[in-house]
Amino acid sequence: MTEGRSRDRKVLGLIVNPVAGMGGAVGLKGTDGRAVLERALSMGALPRSPLRVREALEALKRIADDIRILTCSGDMGALESERAGLPTEVLPIGAGPFTSAVDTMEAARKMEASGVDMILFAGGDGTARDIAGVVGTRVPSLGIPSGVKIHSPVFGRNPAMAGELAGLFMSGAKVALEEREVMDIDEEAFRKGTLRASLFGYLLVPSERRFLQGGKAGGGKSVAVELDGIAQEIISRMMPGDLYLVGPGTTTAAVMRRMGCEYSLLGVDAVRDRKTLGTDLPGKYILDLAEPGRTWLILSVIGGQGFILGRGNLQVTPEVIRVVGKERILVAGTPEKLKGLFGKALFVDTGDPLLDLELCGYTRVVTGLGEETLFRVER
Amino acid sequence: MTSRIRPFHHMRWNEPIIYQLSVEGQRGILVPEAEKEIEQIVGDGLSSIPGNMRRKDLPNLPEMAQPQVVRHFNHLSQENLGADSNIDIGQGTCTMKHSPKINEVFARSHKITDLHPYQDCSTVQGILEIFYRTEELFREISGLDRCSVQPGGGTHGVVAMVSMVRAWHRDRGEDQQRDEIITTLFSHPADAAVPKAKGYKVVILPPDEEGLPDLEAYKNALSEKTAAIFFTNPEDTGIFNSRILEFTELAHQKGALCCYDQANANGLLGIARAREAGFDMSFFNLHKTFSSPHGCGGPATGLLMVDRKLGVYLPVPVVRRNERTGRYFLDFNLPKSCGKVKAFFGVAPVVLRAYAWIMSLGADGLEEASRIAVLNNNYFMKKMLKVRGCSISFPRHPGRVEQVRYSWEKLKEETGFGTGDVQRRIADFGTHYWASHEPWVIPEPFTIEPSESYSRDDIDEYLEIMEQISRECYEEPEVIRHAPHNSTVHHIDHEYLDDPGKWAITWREYSKKYTGYFQER
Repeated sequence: MTEGRSRDRKVLGLIVNPVAGMGGAVGLKGTDGRAVLERALSMGALPRSPLRVREALEALKRIADDIRILTCSGDMGALESERAGLPTEVLPIGAGPFTSAVDTMEAARKMEASGVDMILFAGGDGTARDIAGVVGTRVPSLGIPSGVKIHSPVFGRNPAMAGELAGLFMSGAKVALEEREVMDIDEEAFRKGTLRASLFGYLLVPSERRFLQGGKAGGGKSVAVELDGIAQEIISRMMPGDLYLVGPGTTTAAVMRRMGCEYSLLGVDAVRDRKTLGTDLPGKYILDLAEPGRTWLILSVIGGQGFILGRGNLQVTPEVIRVVGKERILVAGTPEKLKGLFGKALFVDTGDPLLDLELCGYTRVVTGLGEETLFRVER
Repeated sequence: MTSRIRPFHHMRWNEPIIYQLSVEGQRGILVPEAEKEIEQIVGDGLSSIPGNMRRKDLPNLPEMAQPQVVRHFNHLSQENLGADSNIDIGQGTCTMKHSPKINEVFARSHKITDLHPYQDCSTVQGILEIFYRTEELFREISGLDRCSVQPGGGTHGVVAMVSMVRAWHRDRGEDQQRDEIITTLFSHPADAAVPKAKGYKVVILPPDEEGLPDLEAYKNALSEKTAAIFFTNPEDTGIFNSRILEFTELAHQKGALCCYDQANANGLLGIARAREAGFDMSFFNLHKTFSSPHGCGGPATGLLMVDRKLGVYLPVPVVRRNERTGRYFLDFNLPKSCGKVKAFFGVAPVVLRAYAWIMSLGADGLEEASRIAVLNNNYFMKKMLKVRGCSISFPRHPGRVEQVRYSWEKLKEETGFGTGDVQRRIADFGTHYWASHEPWVIPEPFTIEPSESYSRDDIDEYLEIMEQISRECYEEPEVIRHAPHNSTVHHIDHEYLDDPGKWAITWREYSKKYTGYFQER
């Protein structure tokens, strides 16, 4: 009987990056790589993840009878999971004195193979990137924010809220899942004072938004419905014979999907008359394709940051943008995503300051079928 | 001080749908057979109806005896919430106010209930006069000139306005060119949804840091493609756009019409008018501001007022008065009319109640109602903002009119509980509140509108409930986590509310989606 119940239990994968966040406290802007970690340790940095994980696991104690934790040894998860009194099964990963990205990736691989219901991980953008590289959007994942860099909208707002959300999902409550960007910055450049985040992939993240009762709330549309509306709007505006350069992102991918075109999630694709001419094209090739007056650029807003040019789409070079022209750039973003940018501007950073200035001002963002929302563009 | 909060427990009957209570053959009234003599004169009553008009099968009506019917509807009424059962200031933007019961007596009088819209005008002079006089009252209230009471609700008022915009530009040959309508993020969702449904492209303006529509963005959005602007003012944040004249003037310079969503008019009566704000048309909700009950989705009226130049485009018919004879009549002769937006000419009981309410207050009374609504709101706001975890949207703009959009963002950060949790708990006190329209850009939102009907004691009692819930969030989290304790429904599966394939608000719809009702037939 007990066995039967335990087999029914949902399984939560737990990956803790034990050194995440240590660089931050001593001003190192990140903790990627062993050399930096040793420097952080020598500067007296203390582990930050365990406390953050403890806070998150607190919320899972309530459903301890219904779940099982699959995690790595020691401070990569087992320590805190057992301390919280959760039924824990330990993978033989992370037993050594120094753990690294390789361990995180190995753990994610094993967890996917064993069919976990969700991966809860503690770390920062680097950790998210490692996990996204392995499981992509195949396994629901959620981050406990404990790293230095938290640019990706794949983390709970704080550890307790990450725990709550994971608990809600694991308890079988209906929680919508969304593909969200995994962003990371170049730590070396950041230490030298330049912030440059790029898009590295996507994770499937439980959405925190809940629809409340109330006659006039009328419910919201699911993100899938929002995406489809945007796709319909953009497709309806397409001119026969014109070339469309479709930038990276889930919003633009929805356009390609609806047309039944082959596409790349992270690259720039070219399409004409609903036929894909090429996917994940390099900048040089894009410039060759672009023809003045007949070429359009479809961009999506990068969630959390609000970049439309210069992050994750550097193939769209200043030369390409000049050939296309400002009036042929279509920007799209779901209302759900733009909520996170409420009160903020969109950003461009093409690498050409003069062009950036030209692109500043106001732009219309396609936010639905027959709907545009005005946004300020800044550099 | 003793607590104002009263112990409460909600009624639960687990009442089936009336169709599920139906027992074949049961009857509420046994209609006597027609006497022979009568039958000889009128026949069997059916054969005189032409064959093609006679239905082949019986209507699908529940079969029940009287006591069961009475019980059923009493059970339903006991499971309700509303202005007649408790302090209903939480349904922000709905302007919940007391509807004087005498107006109900008028509306239920046989003089109203026996009317039929196909009656000849000569036999319905009374209700036509009330329509006509209501128009006169709204000329004063809005400053505009002509009226239609045809729209059957607020969103329907927007439908009428979009239809008017279309008719106006079509008449000028500019309908093809002008295919955009500009609205604001905090205008009512209907102001964007209806133009879209009517084939316009909608351009949405974000608010600036003070919560006012961004004027620079607006200038950027306006063009010769703009057909109209659709603005709510004050918006549901309670912020009044005092630069509105600048917006309407810019729109007129571009040849666009200015349309005013006055669903939030409760703080403006006798104080600010559509005319002076530069609007060409406006609708008012008689079922909100003018005290006709909401009736859970109707019957309602979104009374439309328009500038003189737009009178010829009004939906037909309009009520007119023959100056020579003093008789009222329905004028269908409007060749440029935008067409009908609803059958017949208006929801008579709703217009009657609003007319009675306005007449009972007079001009001074209307203004006083508005001033009290604003005072109540600001009294509530001052105290609410002292409740731990609560903050206001757009703190840089402190002045609010008749409602306020608040935020539990701080509460959420400090306790993990947000507006949904407070909403579940507040049901334990026999009341409720409304969060916000989509999109939820104000974090953990809630919207409160204490209209003029509520006493200071009422408002203090509601505040005490909010204070207690906030305290529980910080000190007794289990109470919140498992709430509601004294209500009936705990967690609702919202998937059913969000999915058009699943929701069912009528038995017919339920049968269609879940039991294959229409396939069987």
